[in-house]
Amino acid sequence: MTTQAENTSSGLMAKAVKEGIFAGFIAFGMFLLYVGIETYQNIDNQLVWRTRWGLLAVFVVVAAIGRFLTVAFFKPMVDRRKLAKAKTGVLEISSEKSFFHKHFLKIALIALLLYPIGSVMLFGPQGSLKYVDNFGIQILIYVMLAWGLNIVVGLAGLLDLGYVAFYAVGAYSYALLSANFGLSFWVLLPLAGILAGFWGVILGFPVLRLRGDYLAIVTLAFGEIIRLILINWTDVTRGTFGISGIAKASVFGIWSFDVSSPNYFPKAMGLATSSAWYKIFLFYIILALCLITAYVTIRLRRMPIGRAWEALREDEIACRSLGINTVATKLTAFATGAMFGGFAGSFFATRQGFVSPESFVFLESAVILAIVVLGGMGSLTGIAIAAVVMVGGTELLREMEFLKLIFGPDFTPELYRMLLFGLAMIIVMLFKPRGFVGSREPTAFLKERKAVSGSFTKEGHG
Amino acid sequence: MAGENLLKVQGVETYYGNIRALSGVDVEVNKGEIVSLIGANGAGKSTLMMTICGSPQAKTGQVIFDGEDITRLPTHLIARKRIAQSPEGRRIFPRMTVLENLQMGANLDNLKYFKEDVEKIFVLFPRLKERQSQRGGTLSGGEQQMLSIGRALMARPKLLLLDEPSLGLAPLIVKGIFEAIKKLNQEEGLTVFLVEQNAFAALKLSDRAYVMVNGRVTMSGSGKELLANPEVRAAYLEGGRH
Repeated sequence: MTTQAENTSSGLMAKAVKEGIFAGFIAFGMFLLYVGIETYQNIDNQLVWRTRWGLLAVFVVVAAIGRFLTVAFFKPMVDRRKLAKAKTGVLEISSEKSFFHKHFLKIALIALLLYPIGSVMLFGPQGSLKYVDNFGIQILIYVMLAWGLNIVVGLAGLLDLGYVAFYAVGAYSYALLSANFGLSFWVLLPLAGILAGFWGVILGFPVLRLRGDYLAIVTLAFGEIIRLILINWTDVTRGTFGISGIAKASVFGIWSFDVSSPNYFPKAMGLATSSAWYKIFLFYIILALCLITAYVTIRLRRMPIGRAWEALREDEIACRSLGINTVATKLTAFATGAMFGGFAGSFFATRQGFVSPESFVFLESAVILAIVVLGGMGSLTGIAIAAVVMVGGTELLREMEFLKLIFGPDFTPELYRMLLFGLAMIIVMLFKPRGFVGSREPTAFLKERKAVSGSFTKEGHG
Repeated sequence: MAGENLLKVQGVETYYGNIRALSGVDVEVNKGEIVSLIGANGAGKSTLMMTICGSPQAKTGQVIFDGEDITRLPTHLIARKRIAQSPEGRRIFPRMTVLENLQMGANLDNLKYFKEDVEKIFVLFPRLKERQSQRGGTLSGGEQQMLSIGRALMARPKLLLLDEPSLGLAPLIVKGIFEAIKKLNQEEGLTVFLVEQNAFAALKLSDRAYVMVNGRVTMSGSGKELLANPEVRAAYLEGGRH
């Protein structure tokens, strides 16, 4: 018995070593030209090349060791766990959930509410800027955008590759109307949402008959059209220069965040003059906007229109034969999704104080869509987690100074952002093909059933 | 009650592009009847069913339902006239639960009668009650067919259109489903228009039947008459039933 076990384990080691070496060779072949050789311009402005054997060696060794560890330790561990689960017969989804799992939403909400206060207490107003602005606000904007896109892609199943267009419409609506007519943030926020929703309907009409790939191509084109208009309609949008000096949001018109203003908020509150207070204020605005988005999505899912969206995703022909007006259903999905994109856009404009077409490139659409897919289409919790991992992760890369010690002083981790993004997507799709939260929570229950499945009663399903 | 005309298809011609799928079909369904349409593959049975539902629409001819011309109405408005359909291939919503699927059927009344109707469906198909919180895609073929019929019934239809309910199902399950249809007809007076390849089972169940060949109705009569008809026997029964 023991000899047999030793036999298999030594066999496993041999296999792992072999596969590790093989992976090293493949990595060498793949990265030889990309990493091993670098081109640069010398002092005479000539393009010359030099080799980076050290860096190439790091890549090869990482690939080889990674493969070795995967085959030797990680896979057997996963297999053992699967086997153990199969033996005990415990299903992966058990009704007994841990305290953390049960109250995840409440804990997350309280943590978010306390987050800016905590970072001010820990790092002081100036030190908290990085955490509140770069991490907090940045992530929440993407959460909101992804939740908005989730209505179109996750619920209604309409693949939209040009979602950033609505974000742009929202941002420019705010920027232009505030610059030209002096309207305040609180007036323009709903207005930007309505305008973006209107554009959602405009996009929706021509693409009503399209599905899947064809729809994706047309929405992609729509996103590019909006961006090109913003670049070329220089009289209004000032082209690539963008619009700067966009008015800050005020505290409901009572206090202002302009230092020169007589009712400057920190002064009125007796706080030190710092831009951190404005960022904290913005953090709470975007948090509120996110919560509104989530609330509306949850409510809509239980209303006829939300059910119709989900049914439309599943089967359009069946929908029609059940008396659902698929035209109206698609248009409302586009309009609702676009509206939230517009809200996020106007928030983005007031936060940056500057908008230019460069903020609304296709890559943004792709990132938002990636977050929706990674999180699990239709799942709000999953999408929020995906946004934290993806956006927070790339922000974190900027902080990784120690990487310079490994890869040399001119290594800029931000440049590898997309590489890591892609890697993360591949890994998640391999292990969780339906995203972080792949299961869909049902919305229909009969009374007697409700008592039985306690895990579904938490949100007051009716 | 019986004898009063509910659905009347008059000289309907339907085209797929340039190809004529139906050439001048006349079919009538009276209130309280079970009428079936039998025929070989590609005869145009399903096309007729879809034409009644308005997708594709008939090029010439008329579809009259309850005294109203519905030929040019869009599909979803036809459905709102209470013509419910269990389409070919069942077309349930795979990621939604059984209960949610049934809910989609009850959308026309905004779920007003949802609870009482669900109970009725569960009495008719007890299997669906056991599976109510399971996702549609995880059901067996027979259960999916039950769900598809149940979903159609949730709309409180005046006319139920069934397209090949026996497709790909074991004989015992087919028997159960046909018994359920019979029960609905006798107890609730539901009018049913049935398209079937399983001619024997369909003719036994039906009050009247039509035989379709190459986009035309070639024969019609009561179920019993057609069962006894030598031509029908040769073409659709003896070859198929052992």
